[in-house]
Amino acid sequence: MNNYPHNLLSIEKSSALRRGVQIRTSEKKASSYLPKEFLRQTPPNLPSMSEFDAVRHFTNLSRLNFCLDTHFYPLGSCTMKYNPKAYDVLSSLDGFANVHPYAPEEYVQGTLGIIYALQNQLKEITGLYDFTLQPSAGAHGEFTGALIAAAYHRARKDFDRREIIIPDTAHGTNPATAAMAGCKVINIKSAPDGRVDLEELKKVLGPKTALVMLTIPNTAGLFEKNIKTIAEMTHNAGALLYMDGANLNALIGLVKPADMGVDLMHINLHKTIATPHGGGGPGAGAVGVCEKLADFLPVPRIVFDGKKYKLSAKTKYSIGGVKSFYGNISVIIRAYCYLSQFDGNTLKEIAENAVLNANYVRVKLAKYFPAYFDAVCMHECVLTIDKGVLPAARTADIAKMLLDMGFHAPTIYFPLIVPEAIMIEPTETENKQTLDKFVSAMTSIFLEAGSNPEALHEAPKNCPVKRIDEVSAAREPNLRW
Amino acid sequence: MYEQEKCKFAKTHEWAFIEGETAVVGISDHAQHEISDIVFVELPQKGAQVKAGERCCVIESVKSASDIFSPVSGEIVEVNEAVTADPALVNREPHAGGWLFKVKMSDVKEADALLSFEAYKASL
Repeated sequence: MNNYPHNLLSIEKSSALRRGVQIRTSEKKASSYLPKEFLRQTPPNLPSMSEFDAVRHFTNLSRLNFCLDTHFYPLGSCTMKYNPKAYDVLSSLDGFANVHPYAPEEYVQGTLGIIYALQNQLKEITGLYDFTLQPSAGAHGEFTGALIAAAYHRARKDFDRREIIIPDTAHGTNPATAAMAGCKVINIKSAPDGRVDLEELKKVLGPKTALVMLTIPNTAGLFEKNIKTIAEMTHNAGALLYMDGANLNALIGLVKPADMGVDLMHINLHKTIATPHGGGGPGAGAVGVCEKLADFLPVPRIVFDGKKYKLSAKTKYSIGGVKSFYGNISVIIRAYCYLSQFDGNTLKEIAENAVLNANYVRVKLAKYFPAYFDAVCMHECVLTIDKGVLPAARTADIAKMLLDMGFHAPTIYFPLIVPEAIMIEPTETENKQTLDKFVSAMTSIFLEAGSNPEALHEAPKNCPVKRIDEVSAAREPNLRW
Repeated sequence: MYEQEKCKFAKTHEWAFIEGETAVVGISDHAQHEISDIVFVELPQKGAQVKAGERCCVIESVKSASDIFSPVSGEIVEVNEAVTADPALVNREPHAGGWLFKVKMSDVKEADALLSFEAYKASL
């Protein structure tokens, strides 16, 4: 790995005499055909390389990538699962990828039909009444949901509901969403078992509550056992129950959120329902609502008159559009392919395998890195360091050591309520052999942390980039090369 | 120097050193250790009103961003700019140069509800 010439930038490899393309010199220079005022005074500072050098430069860089296609990627809360490559091909078909966004409805019946069909599939999965596929990410979906809730309360002339209650096991985007929507964030502490503390919830629920926002399963990887009671308490207080459905991998096909009393939710199509995830997108945060909220969904809506699909903006209470044109279509197409390929029983198996894999890792590692909440988990497990056994070990070091052993680091120090948290989400797409290799890597890290904790501070040693001085990088950021 | 034995502590790991009507506020040695290397401190605005138990400041480390809650109610009368310039000061001297802000208390009795150093230590 160390032989990779990754330490030089292309501009540093540049040599003025080398050219990627040799063009036969003509008698007259190209610039002589252009008006003088458009000619630049100094040549641009671009790397000058032979084509071969450029190909090697970028190919070598691409080989340094640590990604899902090359490594196990147990990044908790992110659902880094395998997505069939065939969907990439289908979503980039000419008829989908090269449609002009202003094309008349009759030219894009296929695309509109897919949006409509996917909405129906999501309704079936969640039990909710209607969907919008406009939002372009999970947090964008949350924000859309918060706006819908606010519009609903306003339409009922209930103007005092400005508070959003969020447990400390929610995704970090939840409080940010609430603040963006102009609401006051009310945080509640979890009970010792990692679930919502009903007494704490009772204390803050009231005539000012607009929304109770729950991540289900929560970031501790646990299902809310009292979800029916929570829904009842929320509804009795006149508030709505929002579900952050980013962790739907654990529930798809097993339970319908509407049956739990959820009024509105978002689904990360790019996590649960096929689209390579990471690197900031594109994503899709589909938002589903119960019947009484359907009028508030963003426009345009897709309507079907039995023959043709149309875009319609005819609703009285809509919060308006939340995305230019209609969502991230390529993600929507992939999700439609995925849900069309599998029947209900297979979707159920997906959730069951996601849960099984997380519990397999949890139980196999229990002797070395115990689960913080000692209970059966859902699609991810949150482990911690037993300070009695490994007083000097730190989660950050363990994560870096894993990189040396060929595994992407799990999410660490999250959720915040777990000290030295190691959050592992294997997903349903990993096989037993991969999980066993991961368990044995974690076991050997445990042994090394006990016998030679100092060695861990130096990891990673085998990666192209060695231990990074994160403190200096954050305190004295220098973004120039 | 705001010796820990002379400070009052909140369960959320802030200390208050009471001088008459003013409380000097910082975070405990245990807290700075848990937060690890601090890289950024966002102090409250001078003149702002704060309530006991309310979020008024943020500390970011390489590990996480942590909310800091004011242990007492009142007005922020002074903030420690030195920690903005050198956030590591909070790690090095949590009970001295790494103090965060001073509050002119609206109710001096409120501090009685805070924990003594012994009680705080026992709660860890």
